Amino acid sequence: MARIGVFVCHCGENIGRTVDCAAVAKRAALLRDVVYAVDYKYMCSDPGQNMIKDAIKEHNLSGVVVASCSPLMHEKTFRRTVTEAGMNPFLCEIANIREHCSWVHEDKPVATEKALDLIRVMVEKVKRDIPLDPIRIPVTKKALVIGGGIAGIQAALDIAEGGKEVILVEKSPSIGGHMAQLSETFPTLDCSQCILTPKMVSANTHKNIKLYTYSEIEKVSGYIGNFNVTIRKKARYIDETLCTGCGICQEKCPQKKIPSEFNEGLGMRKAIYVPFPQAVPNKPVIDREHCTKFINGKCGLCEKICGRKAVRFDQTDSFVNEEVGAIVVATGYDLYTIDKKTDETLKGYGEYGYGKYPDVVSGLQFERLVSASGPTYGELKRPSDGKVPETIVFIQCVGSRDEAKGVSYCSKICCMYTAKHTMLYKHKVHNGQAFVFYMDIRAGGKNYDEFVRRAIEEDGAVYLRGRVSKISEENGKLIVKGADTLSGAQVEISADMVVLATAISAQPDIVPLAQKLGVGYDQYHFLSEAHPKLRPVETNSAGIFLAGACQAPKDIPEAVAQASAAASKVLGLFSSLELEREPYVAKVNESTCVDCEFCLTACPYNAIERKEIKNRKGEVIKVVSHVNEGKCQGCGTCVSICRSKSIDLAGFTDEQVYSQINALFV
Amino acid sequence: MAYGYYPGCSLHSTAKEYNISLKAVCGKLGIELSEVEDWNCCGATPAHTTKEELGVALAYNNLLNASRQGLEDILAPCAACYNRLKNASYAVKHSPEVNKRMNELTGGVMERDMKVYNILEFFRDIYGQDNLKAAIEKPLEGLNVACYYGCLLVRPSKVLNFDDAEDPVSMDDLVRLIGGNPVRWSCKTECCGGSHAIPETDIVLELGRRIFTSAQAGGAEMIAVACPLCQANLDMRQSQINKKFNTDFRMPVVYVTQLIGLALGLSKEELGFNSHFVSAAELLKK
Amino acid sequence: MQLKLDNNVNQFANEIEHLSGCSISDCYQCGKCSAGCPVGEFVEESPTRLMRLIQLNQRQAVLNSKTPYLCATCTTCSERCPMKIDVAKVMETIRILACKEGLRPAVKAVSNFSGAFLDSVKSNGRLFEFGMTVTFNLKNGTPFKNATIAPAMLLKGKLSFLPQSIKNKERLKNIFANSSYFEDREEKKEH
Repeated sequence: MARIGVFVCHCGENIGRTVDCAAVAKRAALLRDVVYAVDYKYMCSDPGQNMIKDAIKEHNLSGVVVASCSPLMHEKTFRRTVTEAGMNPFLCEIANIREHCSWVHEDKPVATEKALDLIRVMVEKVKRDIPLDPIRIPVTKKALVIGGGIAGIQAALDIAEGGKEVILVEKSPSIGGHMAQLSETFPTLDCSQCILTPKMVSANTHKNIKLYTYSEIEKVSGYIGNFNVTIRKKARYIDETLCTGCGICQEKCPQKKIPSEFNEGLGMRKAIYVPFPQAVPNKPVIDREHCTKFINGKCGLCEKICGRKAVRFDQTDSFVNEEVGAIVVATGYDLYTIDKKTDETLKGYGEYGYGKYPDVVSGLQFERLVSASGPTYGELKRPSDGKVPETIVFIQCVGSRDEAKGVSYCSKICCMYTAKHTMLYKHKVHNGQAFVFYMDIRAGGKNYDEFVRRAIEEDGAVYLRGRVSKISEENGKLIVKGADTLSGAQVEISADMVVLATAISAQPDIVPLAQKLGVGYDQYHFLSEAHPKLRPVETNSAGIFLAGACQAPKDIPEAVAQASAAASKVLGLFSSLELEREPYVAKVNESTCVDCEFCLTACPYNAIERKEIKNRKGEVIKVVSHVNEGKCQGCGTCVSICRSKSIDLAGFTDEQVYSQINALFV
Repeated sequence: MAYGYYPGCSLHSTAKEYNISLKAVCGKLGIELSEVEDWNCCGATPAHTTKEELGVALAYNNLLNASRQGLEDILAPCAACYNRLKNASYAVKHSPEVNKRMNELTGGVMERDMKVYNILEFFRDIYGQDNLKAAIEKPLEGLNVACYYGCLLVRPSKVLNFDDAEDPVSMDDLVRLIGGNPVRWSCKTECCGGSHAIPETDIVLELGRRIFTSAQAGGAEMIAVACPLCQANLDMRQSQINKKFNTDFRMPVVYVTQLIGLALGLSKEELGFNSHFVSAAELLKK
Repeated sequence: MQLKLDNNVNQFANEIEHLSGCSISDCYQCGKCSAGCPVGEFVEESPTRLMRLIQLNQRQAVLNSKTPYLCATCTTCSERCPMKIDVAKVMETIRILACKEGLRPAVKAVSNFSGAFLDSVKSNGRLFEFGMTVTFNLKNGTPFKNATIAPAMLLKGKLSFLPQSIKNKERLKNIFANSSYFEDREEKKEH
C-alpha cells in the first residue's frame, strides 16, 4: 500500500501570492494514499528539507511529491534529500506549481485548483514509480578539439596540461586562426602574434596533443564518454614526415599570382605555400586549383628541387579514426560578405563600393595592412596606388544591426577594434586624420571604455554619430557621404581610404558539422549553448562543449575564457571513472518484440540496435531490438511507434502516463 | 505581336524627341507599338503625395484600359510613368484591399496581370540585345557617355526589381552594345530634383550641378537618360546652373533611344536632335 | 527647446504607423536616411530628426515641417534604411495628413505646384503643361517664374498652347471625387 507525502512550497511570494498553499496542502492530505501533506515558505531551505526527511521516517513514506518550482531547478536537491532519509531518489517527484501555475495565472482560486490538479497527477505517478538505479557508462579520457584558432588552442592546451590527451583538428594548413592575422590587440595594443605564437608552438609540441592540420571532421558517432570520430586528412601533396620546412619549393614555385587568404587577398602567394612565416606546422601545401602540374602536368619544379623528395603529387585524402570521450567545438567565425552578390542583386552594400573601389577595405584587411607580417611589411599604404593615406574613414556596423542587408545582431567587437585601428593609424601616420562613423559605442569590458576615450582624446580620432549612405570615387579620392545625427547635419569627407567594420558571421560550412555533432544552431548559424546564462559552454548534446566565436561574436579574452571553461568541463568529465546518467531510458520486452525495425528507423539518436538471441548451441533463435543505454535520451519516440507495445520508458511508463491523465478527470 | 505603348504626358510635350526617337527606332527594328487607348496621366509625384489612393488609381486606370484592349506588355518609356504604373500593378497584386478599392474607383476589374517595362528592360529582356546588335549599322565609335538612371528607374527596388539599385548596369550595357563608352562615374542613381523643377528651382540647380560635376570628372562627353524629368532638368536648366555657379558645363543630355537610333543609321533629324537646349550636334560630327 | 512628454508619448507614432504601414519604433536614429538625402542641405529637420520627433509625439512640429514638402521622393532613404523603414512613405504620409487636416502647407510653392498639376489632370485627363505653369504662377504669386524658359520651349515645340483631352472623363471624375487620403490598412495589420 503506497504511503505518499506531499510538500507544498510557497517559494516566498512566488507561489504563495497566487496559490493558497495552506489550502492546497490541507486538500492534498485528503487524496487517496496520501498520508501526510504540509506547506512551508521555502521547501528548498535546510529546515524545509529536514521536514521532508523527518516525515519520511515518521510516516514511513513510500513516495514523495514536492510541489514547488520547475524540476530543472530543484529536482536534484529534493532527490538528494530523500536519499539522505534512505529513500530511492527516483521515488521523489516534483509538481511544478510555479512556472506551470503561479507565474502564469492571476486568479488565485483558479490557480489554487490547478495547483491541486498538478499535485494529484504527480501523486498518481509516484505511486507507480519503482526504485531505479542511475546508468553507469565508461569514459574514454581523450578529447577532440575542432578548430585551431585561439579558442581551440587554449582549450587543447588546458586539457593537455590537465594530463589528458587531446586531438586538435584544424581545417586550414596552419593553426592560429583569425588571431594570427591581427596586428595588435585591444585594449593593450600588444602584438597579436607575439602572444599567440608561443601558444601555437606549445600546441604543436605538447606531448598530450596530437595535431591534425588541413583536416576536417568526416563523421561522428557515439555518445558522451564514447565518441568515435573519423577525420579526413586532406591531401597536402607533401610527405610531412620528410619535409623539413626549408621553404625552397615555395621560393621557386613559378605560380605567384594567387591572392593570399592569410592576407585577405591583399598579397599574393604561390601554388605551393606555407600560409605565413610562423605557421604551425611549418609544412607547405599544394593548392591543386592553381598548381600548373595539376592543371596541365607541365611543371613539377617543386618535386625536382626538393632535396628530401617530400613532394607527392599522387597523395590522396586519408582517413583516421579516433575514440574520444568529449568534444570541444571551436570553429570560430567568418566575416559577413559585403560585396555585391551576383545571385542576390539586392543584397550586399552596393552603396559602399566594396570590391569596386580597391581602397575600401574590411577591418581584417586593414589589420593585414598594418601588420609587420602583412603585404606591406607593416607600412600603411593603400591598395590602389601605394600612397600613405592622409585621411581614413572608419565605418562601424557594416552588416551588423542591419535587417535590410545584413544581420540584426551587434557584432560586439567592432567598436573596440575600430578604436584600435584609429590608434594604430595615428601611431604609423602622425599627420593622418581618422574619422569614425558609429551608431553607439559599445565598450563594456575591463579598460575598454578608457581605450576608446584614449583614441579620441590622445590620438585625435573624430567620432561622428551616424551611418554612411554612400561612398563614391572622384579624382582618386573616396567621397564619403554620412550623417552626424548629434549636430543634425550631413557630413561629406574626402578620404584616401575607407575601412568597413564588417559584421561577424558564422562559419559558412558550420551547419553540416553541427548536424554531424547533433548540436543546435540559431537562425544565424551560431551554435547553441545549453542555457544562455547557466550552461554557457555546454550544448544540449552531452559531452560536446563550445568555445569561442562559433557560439556568438566574441573578442579574444572572452574566447579564451570560454575555452578554458570548456576545458575544465572536459577535465571534470574525465575525472570520474564512470559517468552517471538518469535511468530514463527505453527498455524492450524481448519476448514480445517482433523485430519489425520500426523503432530503429524512428530513433533520432541511433540508440536502437538489433540483438540476436541465441540458444545454448549458439544458434540464433530470434532477433530483437535492443536499446543502447548510453545513447538513449529517453525521448519516447520508439515507445509510441512500437506496434507490438514491446517498448516502455523507465520512469515514464505507459501505465504511469495514463494514470496521470486519468487523474485529471476525477 | 504589338506591344502596349504608354507614352505619358511628357512624351507628347517636353519630351517629344523621346517619343520621336523611340518611334523611329521601333519603326526601323520592326517593333510594333499599340498605344494604350484613351490613356490618362499617371499622376506623377503630385498625385501620390496628395492622396494615397489617387496616386494608385490614376495609374491603375491605364492598366485597366490596356488590359481591356487585350494588351499584356506595356512599354512605358518615361521613368516616372513606368514607376507609377509598376507601383500600381504591385499594389493591387500585393493587397486585396487596395485591389478592391481600385475596382470601385475605376469601375473595372483588371483581367490579367499587366507587365510594365521601361525602355532599358524592353531592349534587354523583350527585344533582346542580340537582335539589337545585329541591327547596328553605325556604331557610336567610343563616344564617352555618362549613363544616368536617376531615381525612378531603379527605386524602390522591391517594386521595380529590374537592375541593381546602387550600381545599375542595363543602360551601360546598352550603350556599350551600340559602340559607346559608358564612363565610370558616381552619380548614376542620384536624384536630379525631379518635380521640384518648377516650385523649388534652386534645389534642382544644385542637384544638377553635382551631377554635371561628377559626369565631367568621369570623362563623359554627354549624359544619356531614360527619363523626361531628368532630361528636362539637366538640359533646360544647364545654362541657369552655369550662371548660378559660375561653371561652364556644355554637356548634351540625350535620350538613350536617340543614341540607339544613331547606331541604327537613322539621321539626327529623324531622332529629334534639334530639340535640345544644349546641342549635341558638335559632338556627333566627329 | 524643451519637449514635454507624458504617457501619450506613442500616440502620434501609432497614428503614423497606422496611416503609413511603416513601423516608427523600428527607427534607431542611425542617420543613414539623412546622410544620403539629396535635399539634406536644404531642410531644417533632417528625415532622421523628423522620425525622432514622431517618436516623441511632436505632432504639430512634424505637420508644420517643410521637410516632407521638399522631399524629392527619390526614395534613396527607403532603399538604404537598415531597418527597412519606408522613410519616403512616412514623408508622404505627413504631407497627406497635413493636407487632410487643412493645415497651411509648410512650403506653399510645392503645394501650389501639386494643386496646379492635379487641376490640370482633373480637367483634361492629361497634363497641360503650359496651362499648369500659368495656373501655378498665378497661385504662387510669381507670374514670371520660368518665363525665360517657356519661349524657348515653345520654339522647340516642347510646349503646346492647347490641352489634350481624354474621352472617358466620367471615370476620371469618379477617381478624383472618391479617392481617399489614405488606404485602409485595418485588415492588413491583422495579418
